[in-house]
Amino acid sequence: MTEPLLSIQDLRTYFHTSAGVARSVDGVSFDVGAGEMLGIVGESGCGKSVTALSILRLIQPPGRIEPGSHIIFEGKDLATVSEEDIRGVRGNRISMIFQEPMSALNPVFNVGDQVAEVARIHEGLSKKAAFARAVETLALTGIPAPAERAKEYPHQLSGGMRQRVLIAMALMMKPALIIADEPTTALDVTIQAQILDLLRDLQSRFNTSVLMITHDLGVIAETTSRVIVMYAGEVVEESPVEGLFAAAHHPYTEGLMHAMPQIGHERDRLNVIPGTVPAPTDWPHGCRFRDRCPYSWELCGRDHPPLYQIGVGHVSRCHLAIEPERRNHPHPPLVVQQGVAVA
Amino acid sequence: MLSLLVSRGLQSALIVALVVTFSFLLIHSAPGDPFAGALDNPRVNPAIRANLRAQYGLDRPLPEQYVKYVAQLARGNLGWSFSRGRSVRAVLGDVLPRTLLLMATALVASFLIGVGVATVQVSRRGSALDGFLDRASLFLASMPDFWLAILILLAFSYWIPFFSIGGAVDPVVHDMLPPYARFFDSLWHLILPAVTLTLLYASGIARFQRGALLDVMPLDFIRTARSKGLRERQILLHHAMRNALLTLITLIGLSFPALLTGAVFIEKVFAWPGMGLAMVGAIGARDYPLVIGCVIVGSVLVVLGSLLADLLYRWADPRLRQL
Repeated sequence: MTEPLLSIQDLRTYFHTSAGVARSVDGVSFDVGAGEMLGIVGESGCGKSVTALSILRLIQPPGRIEPGSHIIFEGKDLATVSEEDIRGVRGNRISMIFQEPMSALNPVFNVGDQVAEVARIHEGLSKKAAFARAVETLALTGIPAPAERAKEYPHQLSGGMRQRVLIAMALMMKPALIIADEPTTALDVTIQAQILDLLRDLQSRFNTSVLMITHDLGVIAETTSRVIVMYAGEVVEESPVEGLFAAAHHPYTEGLMHAMPQIGHERDRLNVIPGTVPAPTDWPHGCRFRDRCPYSWELCGRDHPPLYQIGVGHVSRCHLAIEPERRNHPHPPLVVQQGVAVA
Repeated sequence: MLSLLVSRGLQSALIVALVVTFSFLLIHSAPGDPFAGALDNPRVNPAIRANLRAQYGLDRPLPEQYVKYVAQLARGNLGWSFSRGRSVRAVLGDVLPRTLLLMATALVASFLIGVGVATVQVSRRGSALDGFLDRASLFLASMPDFWLAILILLAFSYWIPFFSIGGAVDPVVHDMLPPYARFFDSLWHLILPAVTLTLLYASGIARFQRGALLDVMPLDFIRTARSKGLRERQILLHHAMRNALLTLITLIGLSFPALLTGAVFIEKVFAWPGMGLAMVGAIGARDYPLVIGCVIVGSVLVVLGSLLADLLYRWADPRLRQL
């Protein structure tokens, strides 16, 4: 790969709470190439949203990006640049789309003004000129009658329309990177597909990189070319998307795939990964997935696995890489043996 | 919008009618009557007393008096103030502007100061300044109004005899002064009572508004505003403020009558010849028409206050506009 657009190196975002230090993102590294659509997948609490927010330094106290973390973007380290500089990047070179389009919009301002605000901050456009640009951008996202819609308030729009407004807001400055944090989770399935199509279309039209953050492997399969799987604050697997669906290496990724309901496969109940993510204040020693893993052995409790190279562009944080034959002898995970599984 | 005004107008008329009835019953069931103080003296001939009462219809049964009063009220006549020897309308015409001046000054000042203090606190939340302002506002908000008034009066017109001891104007020279000097004389007298009321209400508004802002700051749309590249100050003053004001509007509507009743004590301490003082005097003198006249004005202010709050809500919150 040529020079990546965004290079995250050893990102650690900790929350210093009274209950202890929550190491929500704990040494994450990955690159996003120019024009690439990269996915980050993982369940709630794995640190994927905190990673996304960390890129634009949107973490609020008691959260903190720890020293030694690097977020290299267009020659600058966003982890350490001044407030002034990071504000110049936000909404301008990197923009974000959030999960809940209702609560992500301010209820007391019309949507046109909220979209226009981006151009007023970054280009110093007048209120009128910015509003006109906002209407153009709203049209790009496929909102019918954008000039009228722009004067409406968030509560007057449907969920899909609101998400288009947020996308327009993210597109205003034609950024180099859009971070989409669960952009379709709050939407109906049919609307989900429309929004994903729209994002893909805009991405190819403007050659914008997209970092797609989701818990939904279906979204990953539909939109991205490369995928990062996160678990317990770490990257546990990284792979081109076909490679991952063909041959997931990490037992957690495997579990995620099994948990996906499939049409045609009739089952009484959904497959689940037993147990829950451990608390971020208290990651287990060794492999963090060990207690929920059907293949774990002594090594997993002793040594924290590094990212093993599995194939071309495919890495996995699992000791199975050195003892692959153990995959043939699964056992009930420790959480099940100890009787603490809830599923 | 029009239907709102019509329905609120009808509601308001009903409320005022009920208030008139209740206050009529209450003040008439209090022992004594307007002539009790002067005429229940054993040396006054009972015949004179009976004659006066008969003259004003106070010897008639209560329902009859009520009907007569309401009939008179319906013709726009508020009656005759026994204790002041003038029409109630003339008395109110004197005292109401003074109270409104005091109230409006205090309300505007406390709104500006309260919101300002809360904004400073939230922009520096957790700092020593935030903590100091928090304790200061709690201290003031929990202070009885008359007590604070007495302390301020003691401090600034007695120990440091800078301001006048009371009244709305200088009783001796005011009428002889040129217009600009009259203005400064009035202002001079207004400062202490207005400052007292402002301290009391600004502290409440500051505490309320700080809470409202802190409730808004963790919301998703604030994060969206940050992700657009807005400055923290713009976020606070534009995105958060407008939402936090929604809760403050309720407080403003509710504090309308509170300012009026609160002003009773403040007016008493500072001898401010406004409605509060007039009402207290009227109750003591069993001056029935003046008491009810004051109550009517009070209830109209309450009704206007809540109507104002409703209209402000519609302006501030687009979600309420199509209701």
